[in-house]
Amino acid sequence: MSAQTDEAVLETRRLSKYFGSVIAIKDISMLVRPGTVTCLLGDNGAGKSTLIKTLSGVYEPSEGDYLCDGEVIHLHSPRDALARGIATVYQDLAMIPLLSIWRNFFLGSEPTKGWGPFRRFDVKKAKEITRDEMGKMGIDVRDPEQPVGTLSGGERQSVAIARAVYFGARVLILDEPTAALGVKQAGVVLRYIVRAKQRGVAVVFITHNPHHAYPVGDHFVILRRGQVYGDFAKADLGLEQLVQMMAGGAELENLAHELQREAGDDAELREAVAVLEQEVKAVAAEPVVVERRADVVSDEEGRPEG
Amino acid sequence: MATEVEAPPKAADERVRATGSASRLLARPELGALVGVVLVYVFFAIVAADNNFVSMTTLASILNRAAPLGILAIAVALLMIAGEFDLSIGSLLGFSGMAIMLLISPEDAGGFGWPLWPAVGFALLLTALTGSINGLLVNVTKLPSFIITLGTLFIFRGLTIAVTRSLTSRTQLSGIDEVPGFDLAGTLFGTRIELLGAKFSITIVWWVGLVALATWVLLRTRTGNWIFGTGGAVDAARNVGVPVSRVKLALFVTTALAAFLVAMLQVVQVNSADALRGTGLEFEAIIAAVVGGCLLTGGYGSVVGAALGALIFAMVQQGIVITGVDGDWYQVVLGSVLVVAVIFNNYIRRKAATR
Ligand SMILES: Nc1ncnc2c1ncn2[C@@H]1O[C@H](COP(=O)(O)OP(=O)(O)OP(=O)(O)O)[C@@H](O)[C@H]1O
Ligand SMILES: [Mg+2]
Repeated sequence: MSAQTDEAVLETRRLSKYFGSVIAIKDISMLVRPGTVTCLLGDNGAGKSTLIKTLSGVYEPSEGDYLCDGEVIHLHSPRDALARGIATVYQDLAMIPLLSIWRNFFLGSEPTKGWGPFRRFDVKKAKEITRDEMGKMGIDVRDPEQPVGTLSGGERQSVAIARAVYFGARVLILDEPTAALGVKQAGVVLRYIVRAKQRGVAVVFITHNPHHAYPVGDHFVILRRGQVYGDFAKADLGLEQLVQMMAGGAELENLAHELQREAGDDAELREAVAVLEQEVKAVAAEPVVVERRADVVSDEEGRPEG
Repeated sequence: MATEVEAPPKAADERVRATGSASRLLARPELGALVGVVLVYVFFAIVAADNNFVSMTTLASILNRAAPLGILAIAVALLMIAGEFDLSIGSLLGFSGMAIMLLISPEDAGGFGWPLWPAVGFALLLTALTGSINGLLVNVTKLPSFIITLGTLFIFRGLTIAVTRSLTSRTQLSGIDEVPGFDLAGTLFGTRIELLGAKFSITIVWWVGLVALATWVLLRTRTGNWIFGTGGAVDAARNVGVPVSRVKLALFVTTALAAFLVAMLQVVQVNSADALRGTGLEFEAIIAAVVGGCLLTGGYGSVVGAALGALIFAMVQQGIVITGVDGDWYQVVLGSVLVVAVIFNNYIRRKAATR
């Protein structure tokens, strides 16, 4: 245990966050190690975003310790986190709609040139880097001056990801980064995650899609109702199990039974329920051909490319 | 004849339509105000043709009127772009003018008898402090600055009147020109520049210089980017590392400093300070900024636009004076100009965005 603790970049010890009477997360203990991808999984409202916002300095924990490089730290703002090389893609993306792409990309971390009172925003460099980084994501920026508010949802998400990847020197936190992305861009993000990991960056990756999580994850932390429900290394967890756990396998089966009862003697509905049951079984017996499934799932998200 | 082969054009993006510089210009926040300046000028040039509206003297009067308001409008615009208001700027103007005069007034007149420059320095410090009270209150309470500064509007004004009257039993103090060291102050803040038979105040020079400086800060420095971010979406800006509280505090101090500068210019130019000076100016400065294309909700606007807004303001004032229209109609005209300008601005902006 202590050997692991030593090498962790970030660690939480019985971390809790309350909003008034709401207990958003309770007693979360986890380790985030360099060169590994920690997947954070869980239902809606499980507390994933609250946890990562605490890690990235948006919230200060109500109880418990937050450690960076083995030392207890207190982040007072996201700026403190960024200074430690912890960059985040927030679920709401943290973009300024009226501001241009390049201004958004560097907001808070502007490159400067010049000296003393003549120090100024290096606009040319900022525009170039923005275009390059977006290009690497497979998004060809038409005009870096375009206000972010007029971009498509996926393009906007790509700007947020490209920005975090660019600034996340040590820890990269991604809150559902693939939610609005097309197949190609989702693939790019997964590749980014792997590449960041190979560079030795610690990645925290939140997703609802097991087929995105499993291929890149080394370590899976499952939250349920604000608490850690399970913490697995990849070796101890098959894709089927992961899918089961995320879908709440047993609960799905219950749902099918319940629906069957409600269906009564409506033939059409009975048939639909039968199909559902089939699917529930299929989920459990998922073939582990990750590449192909990733495509199918993304297609179902309804954002074909282009 | 041309034997040189042009470099092959960079592969153009087929999703981009050439929109040209005209459309780019249309998308600028200050465009509406620029058109407004031309329209108002042409209007009075025609209506007041007999009264010599188009003349060097009238131009000087307009600019002399526009400059002090324009200086305030710069700071108000920056603050508005960052998503906040300062309604106390008029009170701060009265406050800082009076602070200077109280400090330099002889002790037998109820003043402190300080030499000029230490007094100016200390008054500057006091004004910056009052500005930072606004900023701190807004940052700490997280209440709308509209309410906070509406409160401090009365507090600062009331303080100025009460303190002045209790010390000197008057509300107006004069005689800065009798204080040693006035020569330099007179040159810096009181010079009148003769040009083609008209007298232009040095306030105009301060104004133009500050417009240039503020524009540079807004568009070409990291602070400028932070100002836009803070006003555009404050939580998002904070989450990507913009120190939003610091930005707001700095801007509230900036509006206070703008008020101080205008107070200093006026104290030197009219040789007196009045506890009531600057009353109502906060609204004029906000109007100038809004007419100049600043979004009331923050995140969008320009300093040049605000300067043009102040210019429109002064043209309307001067136009009414010069045409001899009954002064009672002044507010009607002014309000109309504001409403028309804002509608027009909005129209232009939408048009530009959807072209
Ligand atoms: N600022 C807040 N004030 C009060 N309650 C909050 C606040 N933020 C989050 N919560 C509550 O905390 C719980 C966890 O929310 P959180 O956003 O962390 O969930 P999540 O796991 O990210 O969900 P999702 O998958 O839908 O993004 C929710 O029940 C939510 O209502
Ligand atoms: Mg969330």
